[in-house]
Amino acid sequence: MSRPSSAVPLPDWLLLPAALAVLFLLVPLLGVAVRVPWARAPALLATAESVDALRLSLLTCVGATAVSLALGLPLAIVLSRRDGRLAGVVRTVVTIPMVLPPVVAGLALLITFGRRGVVGSALSAWGIEIGFTTVAVVVAQVFVSMPYLVTSVEGALRAAGGANEEMAATLGASPTYALRRVTLPLMLPAVAGGAALTFARALGEFGATITFAGSLQGTTRTLPLQIYQIRELDTDAALALSLVLIVVAALTVGLSGWVARRTVRRRTP
Amino acid sequence: MSRSHLHPTPPHLRAPYLRAPSRAAFLAIVAGCVLTLVLAGCGGARTAGGAASATEPRPVVVFAAASLTAAFQQIAATNPQLDVRFMFDGSPTLVEQLGARPDVADVLATADEVTMGKAAQAGLVAADQRLVATNTPVLIVPKGNPGRITGLDSSLAGKKLVVCAPAVPCGAAAWAVARNAGYDLRPVSEEQKVTDVLGKVTSGEADAGIVFSTDAKRAGDAVATLPLPGAERVVSRSVIALVTQARHPEAATEFIRLVTGDTGRAVLASHGFTLP
Repeated sequence: MSRPSSAVPLPDWLLLPAALAVLFLLVPLLGVAVRVPWARAPALLATAESVDALRLSLLTCVGATAVSLALGLPLAIVLSRRDGRLAGVVRTVVTIPMVLPPVVAGLALLITFGRRGVVGSALSAWGIEIGFTTVAVVVAQVFVSMPYLVTSVEGALRAAGGANEEMAATLGASPTYALRRVTLPLMLPAVAGGAALTFARALGEFGATITFAGSLQGTTRTLPLQIYQIRELDTDAALALSLVLIVVAALTVGLSGWVARRTVRRRTP
Repeated sequence: MSRSHLHPTPPHLRAPYLRAPSRAAFLAIVAGCVLTLVLAGCGGARTAGGAASATEPRPVVVFAAASLTAAFQQIAATNPQLDVRFMFDGSPTLVEQLGARPDVADVLATADEVTMGKAAQAGLVAADQRLVATNTPVLIVPKGNPGRITGLDSSLAGKKLVVCAPAVPCGAAAWAVARNAGYDLRPVSEEQKVTDVLGKVTSGEADAGIVFSTDAKRAGDAVATLPLPGAERVVSRSVIALVTQARHPEAATEFIRLVTGDTGRAVLASHGFTLP
């Protein structure tokens, strides 16, 4: 921030609205930190309900990130090598959950994986019901967060280009070998950054969860649901939990940005 | 493969705002703005026309418990002189929002006296609270009773029961009736408003739910109702009060009179509420 990264001068007046934008985003977050009853915060966070919500949130977000990696990474790699019409359609489909209102995502999941849903009724016949279970929470989180992984990793792969892979192919490497020994090592930082974003988004998931998974302590009541549940009864505890969410989100997003910057510096000496 | 050199940025990630907007796009935006202005103007004109023919409907903002939704909407429709704007939600949610901005509503109606008591204690509503109607909890199952539920008993074992959270009036009623029956309530989800419980049962997602008898009636054929033994001793009293910092106190008082008067009582009774 201290050193302009480009020599092209900017008009000074641009700084005023820019500063307002920063304030608008920062002040509400600081407001939470100011209002948190710090002396009582440890006790508020140590209640069984808070601990359960925290544990459930971490567990489900790790699960959602793992599923997103397992499915989203291959999709990102495939998309980065395709430019056709179909790839364009797939890209649009992948982006939709990012801009969809969460409650719509929840309804869509409900009519798909619910007992009377297209997939849910088939699963139900096999005795598998995911409604009101922790699995439903993970499903909702994957639906809203995997797009972040796919988009960010694909963008990084595109920016990197395919020169190294071509070289490997020229030297006789099989596609799988080139993927394993060339593409994957190069994209690791981008994957780490994308996974952090995915984790942060999953952590904040609320609307789809409450619509699709319900709310029960220790099973489906993640941190955001717990905050929603107690915000009118115990504002102090809700604020303390909110602060936890803000800090974890800041750490993950900060980590993702740091990894990305480090990669850029290494690539362009 | 080598084509990727030519496409350093995927098309969907390129910044569209860096391209000069086409003439067609510009015209479309202008047309959109004009259309918006015309529509807004028409809306204003219609209101003004209404004011010329009769007295203008007076606005009143009503925060009401989710269980009162259908009845209150029907009651409001009986008086065209009032322009009633509703917000229906779980009672604690309404009190919380009123607490954050004490002049956001003119009338508060909660599903039980406990929640209204919290609002009164915080000085948000006038001490004079009027009883609207009473309600009792019932057990509902989806149409056809797929879970073969027979009541608050062993038939619920392994089935999906959904109730309101204990802090919400419908949840307080559910836990009270279970306690009276000596039944250990084990729901799969605790919802924040009664309409969410209703939705999860009508959609068949849950095998059973505990709602107010009026909610069960409103759902019609979509659910079957099972009586809860001892429910008559768990009476939730819906109450209505004027908000202390109401911005439309006259219209608010009139709405409260409408609800507690003959018209309101008739509508409430038709929705299955028990009247004082």
